[in-house]
Amino acid sequence: MPTNDTTSGTRRSAALLGIALALLIVAAVVTTLAARSRWWLPPLASAQGRSIDQLFIATFGIISVAFVLVHGLLALFVWLYRDRGQRASYWHENRALELTYTIIPAIVMTGLTLSAAGLWSRIHSAPPPQALVVEVRGEQFGWKARYPGPDGKFGRIDPRHYSARENPWALDPADPAAQDDLVLDISTTGELHLVVDRPVEVRIRAKDVLHSFFIPAFRVKQDAVPGMVTSIWFTPTQTGPYEIACAELCGPLHYIMRGKVVVQTQEEYDAWLAQTRS
Amino acid sequence: MAQRVLEQMKSLEATRTAGGNGPRAPAGNGGGSGWSREEAAPAATVRVGLWFLLTAVTMLFIAFTVAYAARRTAPDWAPIALPPILWVNTGLLGASSATLEWARRRGRRGDAAGVRGGLTVTTLFGAAFLVGQIAAWRELAAAGVFMATSPHSAFFHLLTAVHGLHLLGGLGALGYALRRTAAPAPAGPVLGGEDLTSAVLGSVAIYWHFLTVLWLYVFFIIWS
Amino acid sequence: MAHVAHAEAQAGHELSFWRKYIFSQDHKVIGIQYALTSMFMAVLGGLLAMFIRLQLGWPGQSWPLLGRLFPSGMPDGQMNQAFYLASVTMHGTIMIFFVLTTLLTGGFGNFLIPLMIGARDMAFPFLNMLSYWLYPPAIIILLASFFVSGGAAGGGWTAYPPLSALPGAAPGSGLGQTLWLISLALLILAFLFGSLNYITTILQLRARGLSMMRLPLTIWGLFVTAILSLLAFPVLLAAAIMLLFDRIGGTSFFVPAGLLIGSVPVDHRGGNPLLWQHLFWFLGHPEVYVLILPPMGMISDILANNARKPIFGYRFMVGSIVAIAFLSFLVWGHHMYTSGMAPVLGTAFMTTTLVIAVPSAIKTFNWLATLWRAKIRFTSAMLFALGFLSLFVTGGLTGIVLAQPPVDIYFQDTFFVVAHFHFVMASAAIFASFAGTYYWFPKMFGRMMNERLGKWHFWLTFVGIYATFFPMHYAGFMGMMRRIYSPQIYAHLQGLQPLNVFVSIAAFVLFAAQFIFLYNFFRSLFRGPQAERNPWRATTLEWEAPSPPPHLNWGETLPTVQRWAYDYSPPDMAEDFQPQAAPAAVPTGRSREGRGDGGHAR
Ligand code: HEM
Ligand SMILES: [Cu+2]
Ligand SMILES: [Cu+2]
Repeated sequence: MPTNDTTSGTRRSAALLGIALALLIVAAVVTTLAARSRWWLPPLASAQGRSIDQLFIATFGIISVAFVLVHGLLALFVWLYRDRGQRASYWHENRALELTYTIIPAIVMTGLTLSAAGLWSRIHSAPPPQALVVEVRGEQFGWKARYPGPDGKFGRIDPRHYSARENPWALDPADPAAQDDLVLDISTTGELHLVVDRPVEVRIRAKDVLHSFFIPAFRVKQDAVPGMVTSIWFTPTQTGPYEIACAELCGPLHYIMRGKVVVQTQEEYDAWLAQTRS
Repeated sequence: MAQRVLEQMKSLEATRTAGGNGPRAPAGNGGGSGWSREEAAPAATVRVGLWFLLTAVTMLFIAFTVAYAARRTAPDWAPIALPPILWVNTGLLGASSATLEWARRRGRRGDAAGVRGGLTVTTLFGAAFLVGQIAAWRELAAAGVFMATSPHSAFFHLLTAVHGLHLLGGLGALGYALRRTAAPAPAGPVLGGEDLTSAVLGSVAIYWHFLTVLWLYVFFIIWS
Repeated sequence: MAHVAHAEAQAGHELSFWRKYIFSQDHKVIGIQYALTSMFMAVLGGLLAMFIRLQLGWPGQSWPLLGRLFPSGMPDGQMNQAFYLASVTMHGTIMIFFVLTTLLTGGFGNFLIPLMIGARDMAFPFLNMLSYWLYPPAIIILLASFFVSGGAAGGGWTAYPPLSALPGAAPGSGLGQTLWLISLALLILAFLFGSLNYITTILQLRARGLSMMRLPLTIWGLFVTAILSLLAFPVLLAAAIMLLFDRIGGTSFFVPAGLLIGSVPVDHRGGNPLLWQHLFWFLGHPEVYVLILPPMGMISDILANNARKPIFGYRFMVGSIVAIAFLSFLVWGHHMYTSGMAPVLGTAFMTTTLVIAVPSAIKTFNWLATLWRAKIRFTSAMLFALGFLSLFVTGGLTGIVLAQPPVDIYFQDTFFVVAHFHFVMASAAIFASFAGTYYWFPKMFGRMMNERLGKWHFWLTFVGIYATFFPMHYAGFMGMMRRIYSPQIYAHLQGLQPLNVFVSIAAFVLFAAQFIFLYNFFRSLFRGPQAERNPWRATTLEWEAPSPPPHLNWGETLPTVQRWAYDYSPPDMAEDFQPQAAPAAVPTGRSREGRGDGGHAR
C-alpha cells in the first residue's frame, strides 16, 4: 500500500472525523438554541412579519432536520466503513433509492414554493384603501420622508429646483399640490411617524444611487432605485421607536445611513401631524 | 528521430478515427512534408471550436439586443437619423462575402492565384467597410450626434463598435489565410479529405459570413 | 505545427527555457501556471479578508504598524471607509474571478482534461497559451487600481450602478472602477478562450473507446462548466462594455435622469439601473456553478477512489450536473427579490431556484450512498472531499431559506447571505481545490505531498471554516447588513460585537493554517518522496501516464479505454480496482504494468 496509512491511522482518522461531525451537529444545535436569546431576529412589530417568521421557522426546521440527517449519516459511514481490510461492495445503481431521494426533496420543495408564493403575493397585493401613504427617499447618506398636505396629494418633483436647504425634495413651486407637502429629515432631526395597526404604503425613491429601505423589526426591505418609485405596504402592530437601516451599498458612509420610525396611536399621530404642519 | 515522432502522430490519427463512439476527428492520412498546425487541430476540430466561438459572440449580441429592446419601449425613445452611407457599407460587406465565396470556389479548382486574388479583394472590401463605419460616425458627429446624445445613438455606437472589433479579428483571419495559402500547397488531401486551402478557407469563411450576417442583423435592429 | 515542433524538440534538442516554462503551449505547464498564479492571488484575497475582519472585529481601532504600511488607506493606523469598501470589493472580485475560476478551470481543467481523456494536448495549444497570458495583465491592472486616486473600486463585486457608473458618487467609483472593468474584461476573454478549448478538446480528442458516458465526473464537471462559461461570460462582457461606455462615453445605459450627487445634477438620462442587475446576475448565478460543478466532479472521483467503490448513480450524477447547469440560467432573479423587480417574477424565480435544490440533493445522497459499505481510506484528499460534502450541505441548506422571497426580504444583503455563499461556494470550492491538489499533486510534479501536514491542514481548516462562517448566520439573524464599515451605530446590532470578535479571531487562525499548506506544497515540490505512476491505485486515464507525464503525455500509443471510470472493487477480481485502459482479457494489473510505462523510457 503506497499511502503511509496504517490501519490504526485509518481508525484514528475515522474516529476523529466521526466525532467531529457528531460534535458539529451538537454545536450547531446548541449555538442555535443559545442564539435564540441574544442573536436572533429583532422582536417582531408588524402584521406581515408574523407570517414571514412562521415561514422562516418552518424552513429552518426542515433544513435543520436535513443538516442533522446528512451529517449524522456521514459520521456513521466514515466510522462504519473505514478501511478494516474488508472489500467494498460493488454497488452503484439502485433506481428505487435514487427516485426516493429525488421525489422526497421535490415534494418538500413544492410545498415550500406554494406556501411562499401565497405569502409573497399577499405581501405585494394592493394596499388597503384606508392605508396611510408616505414617501421616503434615500440619499447619500440619510433618509428623508414626505407626507402629503391636507389635500392628500403629493406635489410634482423637478430636480432643477433642488436646494439642500430650501427645497431638499426638489418640489416644483409651480404645482399647487406641492405647496403643502411636509418634508422631514428622518435621519437627523425628525422621525417617520406611523400609526399602529393602520396599514401604511411607503413609496420609495432614490436621489443619487441605490439604497435599500430596511426596517428589521417590521421584516420590511425594499430597494430605493434611482429613476423608479418602488413601494411596499405593511401594518405596524406595536407602538414605539424602531430603526431604519440602509441595506444596499451606497458609498463610504453607507454604514451610518440610519433612520428612525415611531409608531403611535392614531390620536398621538394626529396631534403630531397637526403640530408639525403649523 | 523526428521520423519516429511523425510515425507516432500518424498512429495517433489512426487511433482517433478508429474509436467507435469516441472521437470524431477525421483521420489525417499523413504525408512526410505536409505536417502543419492543422495537424494538431484537424479541420473538423477547428470547426467545432469555431461554432462555439460563434455561440459566444451570439450571446454577446443577444445581451445587447435585450438591453436595446428594453430601452426602446421607454417613452423618451427618439430615433436619430442614421447616415445613408451605412447602405454603402452593407453593400461592401455583402460583396466581401461574395468574393470570399468566389475565392473558395477557385481554391476547389486548385487555382492558387485566383484564391490569392479573391482573398485580397475580400480583405480590401472588409477594410473599406470599417472605414465606411468610421465615416458614418464622423458624419453623425458632424451633425451633432454623439455617442451620448440619445439612447439610440448610444446603442448605434455600441453595436457598431463591438461589431467592428470582431470584424478586425476577421481581417486578421483573412490575413492568416492569405499567408497560409500563399505557401506552396501540399500535394493531395491532407486534412480528412479536405486539402489545406479549402480547410483554411472554409473556417475563415464561416467566421466572415457570420460577421456579415451579424451586421445585417445589427443594421436591421438599429434601423427599424 | 505546435505538436510536431514540440515532439521534435523532445526527441532531439531541448526547447528554450522561455518556450518551455514561460510561453509554453503545453497544457500541463499552462495548468500549473494558472494554479500557481491563482495561489498567489488567493493569498492576496485572504489578506484582504483579514483587513475586513480586523475592522469588523475592532471597529475604529488604530493599528499604527499597518498605518505605516498603508498611509492612504489607514492614516494613523485607522482604516478609512473607502479602504474598507475597496477591501471588500477586491476580496470578492479576486476570490471569485481571480482565484477560484482561474484555479478550477484554468488550473485543474488545463492539467486534467487532456490527461483524463487520453489526449496529447488541448485542441488549440496556442489559444491556450493566449488564455493564460491574458491573466497576468488583468491582475496587474486590478492591483494597480489600489494606487490610483480614490483607490480601488468600492462598489462591491457586483458593481451596481449608478454607484459604479458615476465617478463623483464615491472615492472608489473613480479611476479604480474603470480599471476594475477593464481588468475583468481581459479576464473574461481569457475564460472564453479557455472554455472554447476545453469544450472542443473534450468533444474531439477523447481516446478510443472513451464515450461520453464513460467520462470521469471530473471531466463532466469541467465540460459543463466550460459550456456555462461560454454562454454566461459574454453577457457580463456586454454589461461591462456598456458600463464602460456610461463611465467614459457619457452614455446612459444604466443611469436614469434627474439624479443629484450632493447638489450636483448628473448629466445622464433615461437609463435603468435594474438592467445591470439582470445582466450581471444572468452571468453571476451561472458563475457560482462555474465554481461548484468542477468541484462536484473532482470530489466524486476522489470519493470513489478513496472509498474503493464505484461512484453511486453515475447516470443520475451526470444528469444532475446537466440539469443544474441548465437551470442555473433561469434563476438569476433570486438575487433581486427586493430590487423593485415585478413581484410575479419573484414567484417565478423562486420556483426555478427551489427546483435546482432537487438535483443538488440527488448529488449529496449519491455521495453518501457511495460511502455506504465502502472501504474508506483517510488520505488528506479524502478528508477534504468529506469536508466538502459537509460544507456544501450546510451552505446549500441555507440557500433554501434565501430562495423564498418573503423570507429573503429580511435576509437579503445581510450577513446571512455572506455566511451562505461562503459555505456553499467559497469554502466548498476551496475544499475541493485542496482535495484535488493533494490527490493530483503526485501526477503534476512527480512527488508526494506530506500526509501528516495534510491532516493538520485539514483539521485546522475544517474547524476554522465552521468557526468563522457559522456565527455569521447569527449576525444575519440580527439583521447585520453586509458591506458595512461598522455595525455599531445601530440599536438592533448592539450585543453583536463579541460575536464579531470571535469570528475575526477564527478567521485569523483559518488564514494562518493555510501556511501549513503552502509550506507543504513548496517543500514537497522539491523534497517530497518520488511518486509512483499510480500512487492512489486509481482507475482513470491520467494515472496511466508517468508522474509527471512527459511532453505529449503518452508514449508511442495512446491509451484505449475499455470501461467506465469507476471499476473499484469489481467482483471476481483479486485487485480492488481495474483501470479504464486495462485490457479486458487480462483481469489483474501485473502484466500491463510494463506496457503502460514502456514507451516513456528515454
Ligand atoms: C479566509 C477566508 C475568508 C474570510 C475570513 C472571508 C470573509 C469575508 C467577509 C467578512 C465578507 C463580508 C464583508 C462585508 O460584507 O462587509 C466577505 C465577502 C465576500 N467574500 Fe469572503 N472571506 C473568505 C474567503 C472567501 C473566498 C474563498 C471567497 C471565494 C468565493 C470569498 C468570496 C467573497 C465574496 C464574493 C464576498 C462579497 C464581496 C462583496 O460584498 O462585494 N471569500 N468575505
Ligand atoms: Cu444607502
Ligand atoms: Cu444565484
